[in-house]
Parts: sequence; structure tokens; C-alpha cells
Amino acid sequence: MSNKILAFVESKDGKFKNSAFEVISEAKKLSGELSCDFEVVTIGSGIDAEAENLGSYGASKVLVVDANELNSKSKFSGTQYSHSAFAKVVAETATKESANIILISGTGLGKEIAPRVAIKTDSAFCQDCVALHVEGGNIIATKPVYAGKSMIDMKFNGDKILITLRPNVFKPVKSGDAKAAIEKVDVGSLNLNDKDFGSAVKEVVVSSEKLDVAEADIIVSGGRGLRGPENFHLVETLASVLGAATGASRAVVDAGWRGHGEQVGQTGKTVSPSLYIAVGISGAIQHLAGMSSSKTIV
Amino acid sequence: MKIIVGVSLVPDSTTKVKIGADKKSIDENGVSYILNPYDEFAVEEALQLKEKNGGEVIAISYGTDKAKEAIKKAFQMGAEKGVLIKAASNDFDTYSAAKNLADYIKGQSPDLVLFGKTSIDFDGLSVPAMVAEMIDYPCINVVVKLDINGNDITAEREIEGGKEIVVANLPAVIGTQKGINNPRYPNLKSIMASKSKPIEEAAPTYTGNKYEVIEMKLPAAKAAGRIFTNGAADVPELVKLLREEAKVI
Ligand SMILES: Cc1cc2nc3c(=O)[nH]c(=O)nc-3n(C[C@H](O)[C@H](O)[C@H](O)COP(=O)(O)OP(=O)(O)OC[C@H]3O[C@@H](n4cnc5c(N)ncnc54)[C@H](O)[C@@H]3O)c2cc1C
Ligand SMILES: Nc1ncnc2c1ncn2[C@@H]1O[C@H](COP(=O)(O)O)[C@@H](O)[C@H]1O
Repeated sequence: MSNKILAFVESKDGKFKNSAFEVISEAKKLSGELSCDFEVVTIGSGIDAEAENLGSYGASKVLVVDANELNSKSKFSGTQYSHSAFAKVVAETATKESANIILISGTGLGKEIAPRVAIKTDSAFCQDCVALHVEGGNIIATKPVYAGKSMIDMKFNGDKILITLRPNVFKPVKSGDAKAAIEKVDVGSLNLNDKDFGSAVKEVVVSSEKLDVAEADIIVSGGRGLRGPENFHLVETLASVLGAATGASRAVVDAGWRGHGEQVGQTGKTVSPSLYIAVGISGAIQHLAGMSSSKTIV
Repeated sequence: MKIIVGVSLVPDSTTKVKIGADKKSIDENGVSYILNPYDEFAVEEALQLKEKNGGEVIAISYGTDKAKEAIKKAFQMGAEKGVLIKAASNDFDTYSAAKNLADYIKGQSPDLVLFGKTSIDFDGLSVPAMVAEMIDYPCINVVVKLDINGNDITAEREIEGGKEIVVANLPAVIGTQKGINNPRYPNLKSIMASKSKPIEEAAPTYTGNKYEVIEMKLPAAKAAGRIFTNGAADVPELVKLLREEAKVI
């Protein structure tokens, strides 16, 4: 069977996320190594112009599913979107386009929909891949396990494969300024039913306008060495100078100095920024588990 | 309310990982195992729901005999029933675990299935949604607050930079995240009572694997760090290196 890759990418407020460029660049690279085609699918409204620009990362065809139209099929009223419906869209598109390899960015949304897509398409599945290569025509995926204390290389049985790529690890590569062809997907053709909207998001509550650690390229984190919440302005000032997100160790989150959303580590977030500055953090193994793949650590 | 809780046994998070002789898994010598920390939240949530609405809590694990330790911990916390779906070896993938759990759960028609959001060994963040797909239940994972009113579920799910308020109906699958509750410490009475509780065993329904581990390795060692000893006086030098050498600011 000949291979074909489908990349699912996300947008937010009418713009594609950085992770979208990473996934498309990796899809392009992989399609070169496997000598096969790749296509992109996205769900959004009013993003056609931005979708055309994905051509600069090598996408020649982008399938666009209108988010509002999709949501109008929901069995719940007053909801905004549904992870299970997104999963159905990706699975149906892969089937229709005869794509056997699916790449999804491992964002909160991506990791939520990917396992569902894996079951719907009966694909072998690797969550949170940090490196991909082709060996003798087979895809080998590398994934951290035991909180990054070791890595496994895996190969897949069968030719249906789904992989989520850890954000901030794969390089976005611009390959020109070509425009991608946009193809509108007819939502009516996606075989949606009530079960596909089994759970739906009613409201998104942004806890702060601040940059989230999981998405930041620079992070300044504070620990118990700061002695008290009143000293965290030091961390915040440095972060704002650097355009960084603020993070925290579990010790200070448990002490109530900082919110859980900032916790980095095994029971918090896994991050891999270009620069991670730890202030007053001892570097416990569970903290390292969340940040040891950062490129430069101070 | 019939509640099934998936529990898995994982190496303690302080474990120093050594690669085993097969070069495909960890060396289990000297490793101590615990109930996956996120599963404690799932067990606690199940117990609180049972205490409020009545019903029973069944802890279930797919694994070798060793996985009984996870079920025993759930017993100590207060689960009334425990089922081990017995795997022939530890060499199973996420799909295989999900499939065996799903096949068992389907036969039980529970009102609610609770899992931890992820297991800290392979960090799959997958089993809850996979099982839900297989048994045709809705699923909400990474849940920090769960409200159930009749058949209506409203959950808060943690996302990057905030929360989603998600709605669904029972029966459903929920994956629990830290913050949802404070797991209880087993008291002496429940520890004593748990000793006589039998663990039911079930045969696996699926033994294949969808992926194979080719090799397990330690992560590439980081280049040796540099130590600055002059405190604040070294900051200009540090900034210079971050700009010019690391090129990160
Ligand atoms: C199951 C489990 C999961 C865990 N998950 C996480 C997790 O996700 N994330 C996490 O972070 N932890 C986690 N932990 C906790 C972890 O083991 C540590 O307890 C925690 O990371 C310590 O936080 P800390 O570094 O802020 O505090 P400490 O270890 O107390 O370190 C404080 C540091 O500040 C330094 N210091 C003190 N004064 C000054 C000063 N004036 N100037 C500069 N430096 C100073 C000290 O030398 C020390 O290095 C977990 C633990 C367990 C058991
Ligand atoms: N072998 C297993 N037996 C029972 N429950 C499991 C098993 N593996 C995973 N789970 C459950 O699924 C959750 C998520 O696991 P995972 O998708 O592997 O990260 C865990 O927190 C457990 O509640």
C-alpha cells in the first residue's frame, strides 16, 4: 500500500499556533523520506487566508472544516466545540483521503483527541513523540517514558499510524512563499451523529492573560528558595523583561504561593523551552522530569 | 451508582531508571512500585460519589499478579470489589491495556468509569479516551472539578493557560487530575478490612500489541554545565553567553 500523511493543525483566535508549523514541517520531511503525499486538515472559521499561508511550510493542500458549522451539529445547545467531534473530523478525513499516517501536535487539545482518532481509525499510536525517523521504509518514533528518565524507540505493527508530536521540539521550517490550495470540507459528509458530540465545551476560562508555561519559549521558575510569595515579583519582573512565562516548583504550589497551572514537573507541566531559568529551585528529580529537555538551563 | 475505577501499578517517581538486560524495558531490581498517583484521585472521587449517592466502587487493573498491589491500595482506601485482568507478561502496549479494560467494563455497564489522567510510567494520557471510544461512552480527561446532577455532568478540565467547562451525560468516562480532591489516607480499620477482600481474576480478551519497543535508552547526556561563582558580579557574563553562545535571548 502506498503511504499518505495527514497533519491536523490548530488555530487560536484566527491564527495558527506555532505547533501547526512544527507539525507541517515534520509532515513535509516525513513525506520526503517516505516519497509520499501529505495533506493538512484544520478546523476553524475565517482562517482561509491564514490556511493558504501554510503553503510556506510546504503544505500544498489544506482541508478546512468550518468550526461554526461543525458546532451547529452538537446535541448540546450553547456549547463552543467538542473534542470528540474534532476526533471524528480527523478520522473521517483520514479515511476519505486514504491517509494512513496521521500527525497531530501534542497540545492539550491534540493529546485529548488523538487517542480517540487512534481507535476510530484502528491505528497504532504513539503519544508525545520527540523524534521521528525512517528506517528501511518504516517509521521509528522516539518517546520519553518514566518522566523523561529514559527514552524508547518504537516501531508500529501494520501501516496505520498516529503520532502526536511534543510541542517546541520539532523545528518549523519555512520552505518558500507558495500558497496552499484550500478545500472546504462539507460538514454534512462527515457522518456526524449525537455520539460524536458526547462531550462538549461550554466555556473556556482563561486563568490569566499571561503566557502559559507549556507554550513559552523562555520560562523563569521560582522555588522555595524565594522564601515567600512576596518575593515572586523578582521572578515576574525578570520574566516580563525576557518575554517569558513564569513557572514554579511543586513546593511553592503546595504552599499556595503560586497556582497549580504554573507547576513544572512530573505532576505539573512538561516543558521544553529554549531557555529555562530556575530561581531557588533545588532540582529534585520530579522537577527535572518536567524541564530537563529545555535547551539551555540556568 | 456503579463506578469502575482503573488502577495501575507504576514505579515510584523517585526511581532511578536503569535499562534492563533486554534493552527494551527497565531493570526492575530495587524498584519500588506504587499506585499511580493520579489513580488515587480517581479512587477518591469514586468513593466520594458512592458516599453521596450510594452504589459500589470496583477497582480494576490489567497487568500481571503484581498489579494486585494497586487493587489492594484501592481496597485500603475503601473500594469494595477488585478485578485483575491477568496479562501474561508486562510486555503490553497502551492499546492492549485499553482493549482489555474496555471489554471487561462493557460487560459491567457501569454508570461511571474513572481513571487517572495519565500513568506516570509511559505517560500515555490515552487509556481513558481509548476505553471511552471502545465502549461508546463520552470522555472528559484532565478533570479538576466534577459535578454530577442526575444524568448531567459538568466538569472543569485543565488546559494550557486556563480551564474548559465541559458538559456530558452519564454514563461516561472521567480522567482525574491533581486538584480534584485530596485522596484519603487509609485508616487502620479499612486496612484490616481490606486484607480479607478477594481479588477476582479475569482472563484477557486481547493479547496483541500495536507497537513494539525496539530499544530503551537513557536520554542523551547534557553537555557539562558551567558554574559561575561570583554571584551578581557574573550576571553580565551570563547574559553575554545567553545572547552570543546559546543565542536564546
Ligand atoms: C510523586 C511526586 C511528584 C512530584 N512532582 C513534582 C513536580 O511536578 N514538580 C516539582 O517541582 N516537584 C515535584 N515533587 C516535589 C519535589 O520532590 C521537590 O520536593 C520540589 O521540587 C522542591 O521544590 P523546590 O526546589 O522549590 O524546594 P527546595 O528543594 O526546598 O529547594 C530550594 C532551593 O533554593 C535554594 N535557595 C535557598 N535560599 C536561596 C537564596 N537565597 N538564593 C538562591 N537559592 C536559594 C536552596 O539551596 C535549594 O536549592 C514531587 C514529589 C513527589 C513525591
Ligand atoms: N494496565 C492498566 N490497568 C488499569 N488501569 C490502567 C492501566 N493502564 C492505565 N490505566 C488507567 O488509565 C489512566 C491513564 O493511563 P495512560 O493512558 O496509560 O497514561 C491511568 O491513570 C489508569 O487509571
